[in-house]
Amino acid sequence: MQMVNALKKGSIYIVLLLALLFFLVPFLILLFNAFKTNAEIIASPFSLPVSISFKNFGLAMDQMKYWSAFSNSAMITFISLTVILICSAMTAHYFVRNKTRMNTMWFLMMVASMIIPFQSIMIPLVSIYGAELGWIQSQPKLTLMFMYVGFGSSLAVFVYHGFIKSIPLELEEAAQIDGCNSIQTFFKIVLPILMPTAVTIGILHVLWIWNDYLLPVLILQNAGSDNYTLPLAIQVFRGSYSSDYERYLPAVVMVVLPIMVVYLFAQRFIIQGVTQGSVK
Amino acid sequence: MISEKNTVKRIGNQLLFTGPTLLAFIAVIIVPFIYGIYMTFFKWDGISSSMPYVGFNNYEAVFNDTKFWTSVWLTIKYVAASVFLINTVAFLLAYLVTMGIRGQNFFRTAFFSPNLIGGLVLGFIWQFMFNNFFTSIGEKFGWELFSKTWLGNETMAFWALVLVTVWQYAGYMMVIFIAGLMSVPKDILEAATIDGTSGWKQLIHMVLPLMVPSFIVTIFLSLQRGFMVYDVNYALTGGGPFGSTVMASMHVYDKAFQRFDYGVGQAEAFVLFFIVATVTIVQVYLTKRMEVEA
Repeated sequence: MQMVNALKKGSIYIVLLLALLFFLVPFLILLFNAFKTNAEIIASPFSLPVSISFKNFGLAMDQMKYWSAFSNSAMITFISLTVILICSAMTAHYFVRNKTRMNTMWFLMMVASMIIPFQSIMIPLVSIYGAELGWIQSQPKLTLMFMYVGFGSSLAVFVYHGFIKSIPLELEEAAQIDGCNSIQTFFKIVLPILMPTAVTIGILHVLWIWNDYLLPVLILQNAGSDNYTLPLAIQVFRGSYSSDYERYLPAVVMVVLPIMVVYLFAQRFIIQGVTQGSVK
Repeated sequence: MISEKNTVKRIGNQLLFTGPTLLAFIAVIIVPFIYGIYMTFFKWDGISSSMPYVGFNNYEAVFNDTKFWTSVWLTIKYVAASVFLINTVAFLLAYLVTMGIRGQNFFRTAFFSPNLIGGLVLGFIWQFMFNNFFTSIGEKFGWELFSKTWLGNETMAFWALVLVTVWQYAGYMMVIFIAGLMSVPKDILEAATIDGTSGWKQLIHMVLPLMVPSFIVTIFLSLQRGFMVYDVNYALTGGGPFGSTVMASMHVYDKAFQRFDYGVGQAEAFVLFFIVATVTIVQVYLTKRMEVEA
């Protein structure tokens, strides 16, 4: 019996280690080769680098304007997320506490809209904000953030709504008796209780906005490389990459790195947040 | 007087609390959605000021656009393969990392990691893998399978896309399955063990039926993402070789933004939307009926 158990355990580990190989090898290969020269990469993509030099990282950074793209990505993610987290919480709270026919209708519309894929409205979106209103030309980054708020609100309102229903009304009534108006009640009583839910929504939205490609490419592409986010900036290598791996691979590493570092420290929260957010 | 003041206050609160969100929601989703329907009845190149009404001509063009239907058919095959493989791999992994073995948290963390990176960068990483790493292995060990890059061959490029998609989403669905497996009541499994039911039979007859709610979510998510795939498609194969891997989203994108046929492009986008909506609604309805209680 013990033999059978050991055998079973052994085979579980073998399957898991094979899977691990499949999941991690691409990252390791990427990392090794980022430190090599073109000649070394073409000679053998699985040898270890001869020496560790960050020269190509510097050159790649200059070519893709890394810091400009990084700060654009960070700013767009941060501002859109903050607006989504606060405004959606207010809206969800108002919907739960004021169940008029109109509010219910708006809420149901937001929930139903989640089934609309981005690709099925991207063409009118670009036509309205580009050709008709000219916002994409005059204020590309602001327009992009506004759109993220629009696309991100439905999910946020939906998740908040589910949680706010479980907050006892007495809590808010007590605050109101103590002289809080509805805005004070919301920011002093309700919002702090919503923090864990906000973290869940925040994680889902950061992963989405930070990595998003299709919407930024439609909005920012013609706005000049100073406005690019990281996924757009890395495209400068795309035309010439076949011969220029020594720049291109370090650039990929640097695009992947920030979010990987965050993951190392917050993996538990991230996995939890994704689970809660998608099961709801 | 008081009631008048209250009405003003109520409207003020309504605007303050729901105004910004609803404004963005209407401006970014509702208006484009309705304007999108309107657009399908006009011919437009995206620039010119004239936008002639063409009735149902755009839909007729969609019907006759063989390239569009080829891309839709390819997407359906891709979705079928990737939904099946993602869910199988993800469930297997989730099952293995909830058996209480040492280091299971490390495995979970590693399997989830591809989800942190966007499809675009994933596509770039795997392009390097297929073009350099695998071909070098093929050369070194003389493996026929890897002797030439997968991305240069029409059939293999399709499977390369499926493989990368499985790699991308298996960890994500695994996390959802883990949450489901945790909520399977332990006592009924123990009772089954005492009655002499083998682990295999427990898995088929007890765990899987109880996991239906998780499958509803994972199949829904993988269906929806599969149908709308763009980033990985663009970065890994770019639609090639010879346009053989152009998925529906890429076709729609090219129709509007490369060939400047906005009306037909938008009509195709809506056809795609109806296909996805129908498939996912039917899926949720069918899988809901399979739900059981412990």
